[in-house]
Amino acid sequence: MIADDDEKWLAAATAAVKQNAFYMQRAIDSNNLKDALKFSAQMLGELRTSKLSPHKYYELYIRASDELRSLEMFFRDETARGCSIAELYELVQHAGNILPRLYLLCTIGSVYIKSKDVAAKDILKDLVEMCRAVQHPLRGLFLRSYLAQVTRDKLPSIGSELEGDTETHMDALEFVLQNFTEMNKLWVRMQHQGPTREKEKREKERNELRDLVGKNLHILGQLEGVDLVVYRDTVLPRILEQVVNCKDELAQCYLMDCIIQVFPDDFHLQTLDVLLGACPQLQPSVDIKTVLSGLMERLSNYAASSVEALPNFLQVDAFSKLNHAIGKVVEAQVDLPASSSVTLYLFLLKFTLHVHSDRLDYVDQVLGSCVSQLSATGKLCDDKASKQIVAFLSAPLEKFNDVVTILKLTNYPRVMEYLDHDTNKAMAIIIIQSILKNDTRIATADEVDALFELIKGLIKDFDGLTDNDEIDEEDFQEEQNSVARLVHFLYNDDPEEMPKIIFRIRKHILTGGPKRLPLTIPPLVFSALKLIRRMRGGDENPFGDDTSTPQKILQLLTETVEVLADASASELALRLYLQCAQAANDCELETVAYEFFTKAYLLYEEEISDSKAQVTALRLIIGTLQRMRVFNVENRDILTHKATGYSAKLLKKPDQCRAVYECAHLYWAEEGENLKDGERVVLCLKRAQKIADAVQKMANASRGASSTGSVSLYVELLNKYLYFLEKGNPQVTGETIQSLAELIRSETKKAESGAGTFITSTLRYMEFQRQQEDGGMSEKYQKIKMEWFE
Amino acid sequence: MNYLRGAFKPACNISITFTDGKNRKQVPVKKDNGQMVMNPLFHSQETIAGKVCIEPYQGKKVEHNGVKVELLGQIEMYFDRGNFYDFTSLVRELDVPGEIYENKAYPFEFPTVEMPYETYNGVNVRLRYVLKVTVTRGYAGSIVEYQDFVVRNYSPLPPINNSIKVRSKLSQFPGSLSLFILNPFALKPLLASDMLNSFGPLLDVQMEVGIEDCLHIEFEYNKSKYHLKDVILGKVYFLLVRIKIKNMDLEIRRRESTGAGANTHVETETLAKFELMDGAPVRGESIPVRLFLTPYDLTPTHKNINNKFSVKYYLNLVLVDEEDRRYFKQQEITLYRLKDESS
Repeated sequence: MIADDDEKWLAAATAAVKQNAFYMQRAIDSNNLKDALKFSAQMLGELRTSKLSPHKYYELYIRASDELRSLEMFFRDETARGCSIAELYELVQHAGNILPRLYLLCTIGSVYIKSKDVAAKDILKDLVEMCRAVQHPLRGLFLRSYLAQVTRDKLPSIGSELEGDTETHMDALEFVLQNFTEMNKLWVRMQHQGPTREKEKREKERNELRDLVGKNLHILGQLEGVDLVVYRDTVLPRILEQVVNCKDELAQCYLMDCIIQVFPDDFHLQTLDVLLGACPQLQPSVDIKTVLSGLMERLSNYAASSVEALPNFLQVDAFSKLNHAIGKVVEAQVDLPASSSVTLYLFLLKFTLHVHSDRLDYVDQVLGSCVSQLSATGKLCDDKASKQIVAFLSAPLEKFNDVVTILKLTNYPRVMEYLDHDTNKAMAIIIIQSILKNDTRIATADEVDALFELIKGLIKDFDGLTDNDEIDEEDFQEEQNSVARLVHFLYNDDPEEMPKIIFRIRKHILTGGPKRLPLTIPPLVFSALKLIRRMRGGDENPFGDDTSTPQKILQLLTETVEVLADASASELALRLYLQCAQAANDCELETVAYEFFTKAYLLYEEEISDSKAQVTALRLIIGTLQRMRVFNVENRDILTHKATGYSAKLLKKPDQCRAVYECAHLYWAEEGENLKDGERVVLCLKRAQKIADAVQKMANASRGASSTGSVSLYVELLNKYLYFLEKGNPQVTGETIQSLAELIRSETKKAESGAGTFITSTLRYMEFQRQQEDGGMSEKYQKIKMEWFE
Repeated sequence: MNYLRGAFKPACNISITFTDGKNRKQVPVKKDNGQMVMNPLFHSQETIAGKVCIEPYQGKKVEHNGVKVELLGQIEMYFDRGNFYDFTSLVRELDVPGEIYENKAYPFEFPTVEMPYETYNGVNVRLRYVLKVTVTRGYAGSIVEYQDFVVRNYSPLPPINNSIKVRSKLSQFPGSLSLFILNPFALKPLLASDMLNSFGPLLDVQMEVGIEDCLHIEFEYNKSKYHLKDVILGKVYFLLVRIKIKNMDLEIRRRESTGAGANTHVETETLAKFELMDGAPVRGESIPVRLFLTPYDLTPTHKNINNKFSVKYYLNLVLVDEEDRRYFKQQEITLYRLKDESS
């Protein structure tokens, strides 16, 4: 409805403008000055309307000011024909209504200035003063905007006429400043006129009009003669005076931004304290962070774009000024939400990183300021603020791509403390990812400490936070995997430093609690084992019996893995024990290795009850034990015996069978000359065969589908025999193999063989070995006489 | 030429010409019927000379008892129309009684005539100067011919011409809005502009009018006396604004008073209505005033012309609020005619 009326009024006004413009044009064409003035005044009279919204009024204004251009031309022609411009200047002022009068005055005024008959400054001063007569905000704004527009191209000409005459520059400057001041007043006043219920609408309308005001600043920015000195001494103070004094949120926000965008970077740099000084004086509701961040962004870009500018930054100490200013703003605006203040610091940080990438102390200072700000608010529960802090903390990471640098920032972890649990973790992950991505080596124990301090959100549970149950299992895994990967980046080639690193890592990781340990301890163990291996490979212990002997480290690992065993991750612990035992073996530390085995056996006995797990564990034990070289005969016997015992006690027969024949390997070490007990090997195999027989019997009894199972057991056994045959075990005879093969054959005949392929491949392999020309192997195989082969 | 025809067919044609008629400046004068005519312009102390031509029609002869030319300065009140009060009357006898058979020209001259008042055409009163030629005849009635001319007199520059400064609180009377609007500034200030004008510039006029806390303005005009092509400069300063003002106008008003004593008749007309301000100002705003007097049809201020009439001029500052209530403040100004004017 209102919009409709708006349209209607605009249409009517436009029509009237058109009509009067037509008559005006006709009068111009016939050089009728009096009529031209009359109709132009009538046309401009349409602008006196109060009915239109700013948007529609703008349309009308554009139309009318377009028409005025031809009037301006006419005035120029008139003066060329000898009409006194001073008289014209008076004549237009006879108009009875103020608004048309002033539009005409501005029009003729611009011609007057151009004619250079009179000092431009006098005319400018007169125009800008006379325009005070329009106090209606909307109409006044457009009038003054017209004034700015018609004089704009004349302003530089003032300067160019008298080159280097600062006074004329100042006149033009004064003019623009004054016009700006008045426009701003009108603009601000708009907010306070009319009913309160339309406040929002007015604000919107005002926002549409802001560029009219801002245009003045653009003009100032392009004005010749506005050099740094002028800007610093005149322009900026005057503008800021307006901005501060108008006490209007919208205006302050927009104009500050205008200032920042319009004037050159180096001006800002040189007048930083003035500009910043104004910030705390703005209204509390002003979105100061946008303003300041705009400024800092500009300066950052400036610093980035021109290298020559950098000394200037240092010279004016831009950083501490900005830092100080932000502090002031934060102090002054008590209600400033944390997200805003953090954003401010974020931009300051970005600025610092751009401009002073070499000044780590600055970066730390920013972080410190942020901390002290946050200390007032406490932990952040506000999403937005948290996000900002993450961005804030990520900035230096992105810049330096080096976590080691970050670790030097003492305030960095302090900022992190203000994050809530989830965000803290997210941030920790970002840090870790940075390390992983950039392949950063954390090479000293102190750095490790610092790093873990940073990511402690991932390392341990927070006190009083029992939201663990809500954590998504997959996410948790993911997190801890990151930590696990991280451990491998904590690395130093120096054998003296590395143990320290390991100790530190351990200290931190052990705080993790039962859920984390299974995921985090393995990498630690392997990292330590790697070290041990290296120590063994390198020069043997140059520092005697300090902490960094393999023994000590292994001792440490024992304790570490023990923790894991306690944390009901016994299978994992068992594996790790075995790994450690192997390392101990490599270091020829028999007792240590024995200790590890003992622990592993204990675990097996006490903790591993699941039969499948037992099978797996036993295989591992056997496999590891087989490779152990350090044990003396006695120890070895005990362990071997134990392992064989375990094998025989497995639940399922096939498992028993397999475990037992695996045990055969324990008596036949590859390299160990003294460890080739062929007899016991065969004994084991025989025992396995017995178990297989039992399995077979059970199968036959049930005549079930599982009958093939035992056949494959036989085949496996056959393979074992063949293996030991090849290895040259004298106790493995052709007859034994032959009889086993017979057995397999008969069993396959009885029941159709599911293990057919296995059998065939095995037989084919045997055949192949027999056919070998080169002696050794084939000779061994010749011992086996089988009908199948004929 | 102005012919005045009698009821009878005139026996002759009378024409009056001025010696320097071709070069003399002519000014437009509005006649009774609304037409504009151009009349020659004279100043006081000028010699008015010319000749009167009498042309009998077609060989007719004109018998007469004498021919004379009079220079009359007349005041005519419109409520007493046709009744002229002559404040100046000079006569020249041109011919002795006789007969005129053919065209005859009589030169005449009124040397350095004192013409103290300016020609004036007002609402209720007219002041005019006229040359009247009378061919006196007995039975057939005299033949009379008039020639108007315009007199304008220059004033010297006023020796004292101080500015008008008024500080005024315009406000509403409690409980009676309309009263105030009908009678603004009912509390007539002690120092009227009359006093200002008569006592000169010694006093910086400050006036407090009305009741506080509504509208408080200070205005200033650069002079109190203006010549007719002058420009009024000034400013209006808003000290306190508690009403929503829509606009502000400056009016030039002419106050013509005729008659004397109980019969005094006052007529006020607004000659100019000039918008000074658009929209509502806030406290501290200062609005410039610049009003060129040229476009308006003004005369000098006339004071008690021959005890018959006075013409005074006032500047009236009018503020209109959003409910179309008017607040105003009137100041008298003196208008005078300056010598170097072109007209």
